[in-house]
Amino acid sequence: MTTDSLLISILLAVSMLIVSSMALAKGTGYIFVSSEKDNVITVLDGRTYKLVKKIETSERPRHLQFNPERTQIYAACGDGEAIDIIDVAKLEVVGKIDDIDDPEAFDLSPDGRYMYVSLEDDGALGVIDLKTREMVKQVEVGEEPEGVLTGVDGKMIYVTSEVANIVHVIDTTSWESVADIVVGKRPRRFALTADGKELWVSNELSASVSIIDVASNKVIETVNFQPKGFRPEDVTPVGITMTADGSKTIVALGRANHVAFVETASRAVEDYVLVGNRAWNTVLSRDNARLIVTNGLSDDISVINMAKRKVLKSVPAGRIPYMALIDD
Amino acid sequence: MALSRSLVLVALALFAAPILHAQDLTIAFMELRKDKRYDTKRTYARYLTQALGRPYQGAEVALREIRYHGKEAGIEFRLERIQAPDIDGLRRALTAQYDKGTQFFVVDAKADVVTALSATADAMDALLFNISARENSLRQRECRANLLHIIPSHAMLMDALVQYLLSKKWRKALVLEGETDSDKLLTASFVRAAKRYGVKIQQKKTFVLSNDPRQRDQNNIALLTSGSTADVVFVSDSDGEFARNVPYQTLKPQLVAGTEGLAAAAWHWAWERHGAPQLEKRFEKKHKRPMKSVDWAAWLAVKVVADAVQYTKSGEFKQIRDYLFSDDVIIDAFKGNRASFRPWSGQLRQPILLITHNWVVARAPVKGFLHQINNLDTLGFDKRDSECSLAK
Repeated sequence: MTTDSLLISILLAVSMLIVSSMALAKGTGYIFVSSEKDNVITVLDGRTYKLVKKIETSERPRHLQFNPERTQIYAACGDGEAIDIIDVAKLEVVGKIDDIDDPEAFDLSPDGRYMYVSLEDDGALGVIDLKTREMVKQVEVGEEPEGVLTGVDGKMIYVTSEVANIVHVIDTTSWESVADIVVGKRPRRFALTADGKELWVSNELSASVSIIDVASNKVIETVNFQPKGFRPEDVTPVGITMTADGSKTIVALGRANHVAFVETASRAVEDYVLVGNRAWNTVLSRDNARLIVTNGLSDDISVINMAKRKVLKSVPAGRIPYMALIDD
Repeated sequence: MALSRSLVLVALALFAAPILHAQDLTIAFMELRKDKRYDTKRTYARYLTQALGRPYQGAEVALREIRYHGKEAGIEFRLERIQAPDIDGLRRALTAQYDKGTQFFVVDAKADVVTALSATADAMDALLFNISARENSLRQRECRANLLHIIPSHAMLMDALVQYLLSKKWRKALVLEGETDSDKLLTASFVRAAKRYGVKIQQKKTFVLSNDPRQRDQNNIALLTSGSTADVVFVSDSDGEFARNVPYQTLKPQLVAGTEGLAAAAWHWAWERHGAPQLEKRFEKKHKRPMKSVDWAAWLAVKVVADAVQYTKSGEFKQIRDYLFSDDVIIDAFKGNRASFRPWSGQLRQPILLITHNWVVARAPVKGFLHQINNLDTLGFDKRDSECSLAK
């Protein structure tokens, strides 16, 4: 081989290496934050936290979730009566499922074909076929359904009813509720332990989280939150997130302006970390190094260093931020 | 042969035995057939603090919401609407209803009727919920062991209003008061609150509702307010017709509060947090009008009973009653803070909304007003202010 062709083949090899490593890189690292009042999803750079774009959505975007391939984000837009579909690469709304009455939160079937969405005003759980983009079923539940979680293998769907203080367990074959579990007051959001054995649900007005044994559908334990300087009535837990290994559970405490770190197995509350005003939902980065908390009443998000359990940065993120997603 | 046949019959009988069905728990809603407060002329006028329709409609919305609450206790809820032409008719109806097994009574009536019904129920295992009489006396000297108040008292409402005025440093007030006893009650609570929080009432004048030029010193708002250097003109008008003509008629530009302008209320359709819009939507969908304080109070009275059944997992009167009076009770009033009943008065402690015709300007207790135990007790009669003999 001549020196020139050797050089060229080295260059080619190196560039191919670069290209292939780019193809392996996961996502853009962007942070997507829905905000209820200004009807946008704010996109922030995952490293600099600088504003990349504000994607205009239908009115009152709340729950955000990736499709299984992570190429799209679904946004439940309550006042716009729609599910907006956002292309992650293009950073724009590429589709809309209309005539969905006041959707608030949702989860997907394991294969991503169906969306199970809480219809807040109707007091129902809606089932949307994402292929045909139509609502195919509605199951009546207690008023103000909010949190929705698809159980292991998609056999059961868990839905909270804020007004009935209940978690409904809906069987996806019969579409009937096989259990209505009474929990604390105003149950909001769910997290399932890594082994699928326990379902944790936040009780906004009881300053607690109820732990449900999945096999028996019974509440087995309650974790209470008492951050210093706050009365029980000011502690309003909403968002729950568990680390990938399941060892820690983080609960956003609403008006107590803190997030709580709980050791999942022992139920011990280890730390309270101060964030912004009305900590609402939480999301972990894929490597669990960062936690992002949306602060509904200070119009910003708090980025927490998980190792140090300290806030790195607070970034403005729209009017009444609801939930964040990280594309990583 | 005969034995086996009879065995079969016995077996059939056993298997045919009825499965235990859900027990009914009836909540009675008591009102006068004709109630001037809900006169169509008044509802049409839509005075700021005026009801827009019969509060029973709030109870109906609650009935639907509580359909899962009784499941674990094996209970189904029923609502029984009871109307009578006068106090005596209502008293007889209460007794008759109690004899049928009803122990929970929501009462939508004026103070004297509430007291009469509570007295009638004295010897009964019954609990009454006052949803529309705001008189302080019912929480103080005329308090009763079987009577709980969902609607806030005048004292609570005025404390909330004055907290707000103070937070804005609008410390000077002119009071325009009507001639009726009800008007004077409103003034009394405002005066009490002003004294507590340091708002100065510069002048107090009586207005009359009239166009008679010979009475112009009392019916002409420019004349009534001339010479006033107050920040706020407080109007005590339990009717509303005079009050609604006060804003923009004052001689100098002055804010109006009380019955008009900035009012204190238990509920407003524009409250945007704590699930309020969802409740408001449920009500409006069914009844095609916005919810007012008394509708909300009727709704909450029914919810409170159902919540107690859900929590105690029982329909037993004593268990429900004990839970409602306990420290454990958490009542969701859809206004943020958890509500509960004050043991010294039976009053539901709750946030109060400061409202205009289309907005909630603030929610009381206003930030900065603190209490040793529960900030909600900065509104209304605290334990040490109590003149109720039940207070321990």
